[in-house]
Amino acid sequence: MLLIVAPLLIPLCAAALTALLRTHIAAQRVVGVSASASLLAVGLMLVARTADGSILVTQMGDWAAPFGIALVVDAFSAIMLAIAGLMALSVSIYAMGPDAAARDRAGFQPLFHSLMLGVCGAFVAGDVFNLYVWFEVMLIASFGLLVLDRTRAQIDGGLRYVFLNLVGTTVFLMAVGLLYGQLGTLNFADLARLAPQAENQGLLAAIGVMFLVSFGAKAALFPLFNWLPAAYHTASMPVAAIFAGLLTKVGVYAILRLFALVYAHDVAFFGPIFAWVAAATMVFGVFGAAAHYDIRRILSFHIVSQIGYMIIGVALLTQAAIAAAILYIVHHIVVKANLFLVAGAIRRENGSFALGRCGGLWRAAPLLAIGFLIPALSLAGIPPLSGFWGKYAVVRAGIEAEAYWLAGIALFVGLLTLYSMIKIWNEAFWKPAPEGLARTAWTRGQRIATYLPIALLCATTMTIGLWTEPFAALAETAAASLLDRDAYIAAVLGNAGQVAEFAR
Amino acid sequence: MSASLILRVSAPMLLWLPLAASLYVLLRGHNEPGGGFIGGLLAGVGLIFHAIAFGAAPTRKLLRLAPTSYCAIGVLLAAASGIPALFGAGPYLTHLWWFPDVGIVLPLGTTILFDAGVYITVVGTVATLFLSLMEEETL
Repeated sequence: MLLIVAPLLIPLCAAALTALLRTHIAAQRVVGVSASASLLAVGLMLVARTADGSILVTQMGDWAAPFGIALVVDAFSAIMLAIAGLMALSVSIYAMGPDAAARDRAGFQPLFHSLMLGVCGAFVAGDVFNLYVWFEVMLIASFGLLVLDRTRAQIDGGLRYVFLNLVGTTVFLMAVGLLYGQLGTLNFADLARLAPQAENQGLLAAIGVMFLVSFGAKAALFPLFNWLPAAYHTASMPVAAIFAGLLTKVGVYAILRLFALVYAHDVAFFGPIFAWVAAATMVFGVFGAAAHYDIRRILSFHIVSQIGYMIIGVALLTQAAIAAAILYIVHHIVVKANLFLVAGAIRRENGSFALGRCGGLWRAAPLLAIGFLIPALSLAGIPPLSGFWGKYAVVRAGIEAEAYWLAGIALFVGLLTLYSMIKIWNEAFWKPAPEGLARTAWTRGQRIATYLPIALLCATTMTIGLWTEPFAALAETAAASLLDRDAYIAAVLGNAGQVAEFAR
Repeated sequence: MSASLILRVSAPMLLWLPLAASLYVLLRGHNEPGGGFIGGLLAGVGLIFHAIAFGAAPTRKLLRLAPTSYCAIGVLLAAASGIPALFGAGPYLTHLWWFPDVGIVLPLGTTILFDAGVYITVVGTVATLFLSLMEEETL
């Protein structure tokens, strides 16, 4: 039981302790890194416990679902928790690199762990309302992190981020209210049980569209993605990396969870919507990236385009498609966060994010060049890296479900992704360094703090790429248990299903 | 910023009265309207009066710890109130009760720890907010 609560307790206590240790920066870092490491350990233990498809449930305060607050960890949640732990660990280490002192004095550590609390909370939430609460926790922490350096550009980007997210959250809350009004419950399992027999399916679908809008805004789906490149490129690098890795994917997680559990019976209505949204998100994101010459903006637009691949899973809602989406999410989080970490190091080496003012890194920092190549080629889907398997699974699922055009677009977008990555490679690494480039000196500690997480994430990408079998099998299990609604209902409600019926 | 004479003279009372009331509200909260959140807000009102009358610096001195530390202590206390349940009684946050008979039967439970945690967190949050706003204004 403690294992299910641990992903919440660890970041909660870490946030509180680091807030207490306000003036003791060194102690804050020790607490921060050990909390992130324990989060990763707990995530891996949860994966081990759920890898056979079993679902772990605990009812907070012994109040049984659907009346109390249930925390549910199935294989999908466990995978997300483990990957969140890996991100937390990498970024915790990376945040000890350049500019760490100023960042920590501004309150990075408590905010970072509050963010992780919100993220982990969303992954274990067993009902829609708590999902909403954890989204709020996550958003409030992310507002603080986004404007950590208090520059004009950050406030500007932060305001757009705040505004769009507040609108999205309000729509979310309205949808929650309407859903409760119609079905009288917010527990996922109870919703999954009642939704197929609801009388007014039209209203239920309308509520689903509201959820789609609010989660889509968070996941940066077309046409609600404009805030993301505007906000992410202003954040300081560790913050941008954790945002890029995790935040949009929480939105994707919520979409997968809700639409696979509650709206699976209505796939005929939602499937085409998701298919179009996925296609538009992929295409517009990748075109946006092609037009830009600032590393952070290019990478931000690529987040958008990659989200489209994950949404294909919801559009098709077959087991293969969802497994592909889960594999893709895992690959994408690792690779994307890694690219942002590398971008921070490029900035450190060359003093700029603008590609025109970068160059010569292949000679100056060959290690960094390799650190860039692995995630970049993986993102573009070059075998044998993780991205190849992710894309392969998505495209194959598309062809199997006879959505040929969707599979075609996915392949085409992969080609354009390769173009963007080659652009960064040519400009920052390959071309000779521009005149008068001032090199910044690294201290040994900063170098280790920057390169260690990059190496860790590269190793993860290589592992997924070269030893795909267990990861694919795990994604398959997660997809199967996500689609097995009866098992989920039985695990969460047990006999309480009848009790709930009786009380109603 | 200088507060009126009336406010400065009555400020001590306006600090301690809401604080006493807030403790009452905190304790009655289990079965009646009240609890840690509203209690914490009431206590915050007392601190606001103090800060308006005497300025932000004396209020910080009165609090001794940094306001954010109150938030942290409160969160830790509330989180800790769920731990005893893990030793056998049930899931996390299952609250345990103990009824010692000291002339009258005192109902003691781990819920009060949780509520006290909420109370302290809210006091800390309110103090953090208004003290930072006040100090910004005087810059």
